[in-house]
Amino acid sequence: MGVGSFFTSKLDEAIGWARKYSIFQYPFVTACCGMEYMATACSHYDVDRFGAGLPRFSPRQADVLFVVGTISHKMAPVLKRIYDQMTEPKWVVAFGVCTCTGGFYDNYATVQGIDTIIPVDVYIPGCPPRPESVLDGLMKLQDKIAAQVQRY
Amino acid sequence: MLDEVRAVFGGAVVETHEHRGDATVVIERRALTELLAVCRSRGALAFDVLMDLTAVDCSKFPGREDGPRFEVVYHLYSLTHNHRLRVKVRVDEDDAVVPTAVPLWPIANWLEREVWDMFGIRFDGHPDLKRLLLYEEFVGHPLRKDYPINRRQPLIGPAH
Repeated sequence: MGVGSFFTSKLDEAIGWARKYSIFQYPFVTACCGMEYMATACSHYDVDRFGAGLPRFSPRQADVLFVVGTISHKMAPVLKRIYDQMTEPKWVVAFGVCTCTGGFYDNYATVQGIDTIIPVDVYIPGCPPRPESVLDGLMKLQDKIAAQVQRY
Repeated sequence: MLDEVRAVFGGAVVETHEHRGDATVVIERRALTELLAVCRSRGALAFDVLMDLTAVDCSKFPGREDGPRFEVVYHLYSLTHNHRLRVKVRVDEDDAVVPTAVPLWPIANWLEREVWDMFGIRFDGHPDLKRLLLYEEFVGHPLRKDYPINRRQPLIGPAH
C-alpha cells in the first residue's frame, strides 16, 4: 500500500467528520410539515446537538436543502432554481410524504415526489414526520456525508 | 325580494326558490348583466358585495345530465339591508360564455379568472381573462368533471 493512498483516505474521513457536524440547512418550507420542522429545531428536540442548528436563509450559504411540505407544479421551477443556486457539496432531504411521493395529493396540482425535479439524498416519510424520524433522517444524512468520498 | 326580481325580469327568470331566507334566482343569460346591475344599484336591494362567484359542472348531476352543462353562481350580499341573494345562470358547454361583472364589482375580476381557470367558462368583456391559480402551460380545466383525476401535467420550469 502506497503512502499517498493511505493519506488520502484519512483526509476524506477528517473532512467527512467535519462536514457532518456543520450542516448549514436551507429550509424550503411550503406547508404544514413546517410545524414539525420547527418542533425539531427548537430546544426540546434540539437539532443543534447534530450541528445542524443554524439555518441559512440563503441557498448560496447552505449545504443541505430541507424540502418541507407539498410542492405544486407551480412551485417546482422555484425549487429547481433554489437547488441550482446552492454550491457544492450539497445534499437534499425530502421532509414528509408529500415531498417523497406526492402523498395523498394525487391530483392535478401536486408534483409526485421532488425526485422528479432534483436528486434526493434522504427521504423522511410521515404526515408529518415525528421529530424522532426527522432526527433519524438527519443522522442517516450525517452517515452519508461522513462516508462520502471527496473529489479533489 | 324575489317578487321584486320577478316583477322586473318576469320573462327572463327561469325559476326562483327560497328556503329559510336563502333566496335563489335562476336567470337567463341575456338578462344577467341587467339583473346584476339592478341588484347593485336599486335602493331596496343594494347588493354592494359580491361575496363569491363560482361555477358548477352539472354533467354528472343526477337528473341534470341532459340540461345545460354549467351553472355560474353569484352570491350577493347587502351591507345596508343585511340580506343575501344567489343568482344562477346556466350555460351550455359549446357556448360557455357569460357577460362579465367586473364593471359592477371589481372583485369579479379575479373570481372570473378563477372560474375560467378551473372550468373553462369565458367571461365576455373581462379586461384580462387569463389563468389565476394555475400556470400558463397547464392543459385543460381541472374542475370539469371529465378531467381525469390522475392526469399528470408536464413539469414546467428551467431544464426539465
